Amino acid sequence: MFDFLFQPWPWYVAGLFIGLTVPTLLIVGGKNFGISSSLRHLCAACLPTKVPLFNYDWKKEAWNLFFVLGVFIGGIIAANFLSNGEPVQINPKTTQALQDLGVTDFSGLMPNDFFGTAQIFSLKGLLFLVVGGFLVGFGTRYADGCTSGHAIMGLSNLQWPSLVATISFMAGGFLMVNVILPQLLKLL
Amino acid sequence: MSTHTTPPPLWHNLKYTVIGILFGIVFVKAEIISWFRIQEMFRMQSFHMYGVIGTAVIVGMISVLLIKRFNVKTLDGSSIVFNPKVFTKGTIIGSLLFGLGWGITGACPGPLYAQIGAGYLAVIVTLLSAIFGTWTYGFFQSKLPH
Repeated sequence: MFDFLFQPWPWYVAGLFIGLTVPTLLIVGGKNFGISSSLRHLCAACLPTKVPLFNYDWKKEAWNLFFVLGVFIGGIIAANFLSNGEPVQINPKTTQALQDLGVTDFSGLMPNDFFGTAQIFSLKGLLFLVVGGFLVGFGTRYADGCTSGHAIMGLSNLQWPSLVATISFMAGGFLMVNVILPQLLKLL
Repeated sequence: MSTHTTPPPLWHNLKYTVIGILFGIVFVKAEIISWFRIQEMFRMQSFHMYGVIGTAVIVGMISVLLIKRFNVKTLDGSSIVFNPKVFTKGTIIGSLLFGLGWGITGACPGPLYAQIGAGYLAVIVTLLSAIFGTWTYGFFQSKLPH
């Protein structure tokens, strides 16, 4: 009866729940949905400096850190208690393309070839963890938002800068996945 | 409406943790935190991620429309304020850089936390690097084009 819980959930279920996060946060506490702000609050809380961007009372924005703590716990619960342990059913064309790029591990949500703890001190770790993470953190703050703050909250509120942001980060992703990453992986 | 006498205790924020837990479960169960799904999306080889984001935007849009139309209040009776998004050069440059990063990590900021929870401990490095990236932006903010 509860089989569906253990199967991967379809896009419309996920989209519905993620979309409902917008009014839930607004009604529960008047909060505008946005996750990249958590990185800023962590800076303000952990790396106190005179940098103006981090000079504010982060405790007033603590809800955002409580929220991402929940996302972390949700990850623990779903992976350990609601998983069927099957590989992600991606398009065979994607599988083929990734195999051509040297991916061998398709067993989990991410390939151990790049995201295993053994890669942390390798060149692959430098690219996939350090460089990738830096671009995400630097870019989202420079853009004043990420997929949640711009693409979901911003577009929901008909903010045209968010449409520009969404088009721009999709363009960046297309460029990286189709052009740059295949070249970089030939070097590693 | 109550005045700003005493700020509510920090633990009142635990309700956001509950919402976050549900959100994190959806992230994992719909494979949004999967690096493979993001590769597939940017290769235009699946509808899955477009369906997720498209549905979320439509549901969010209708919700915001209804909240504005019926002047819905928060649970404690306050008015709901929407933060406008301001356009700067950073909207384009920053987003492009973020997109390049997303294509590598397969994770925007939200999924990073869920990936770590799901047991991909190497992503702790990604998160620390993202925090450092945010800090670096703050450090150079006044020197960057806006």
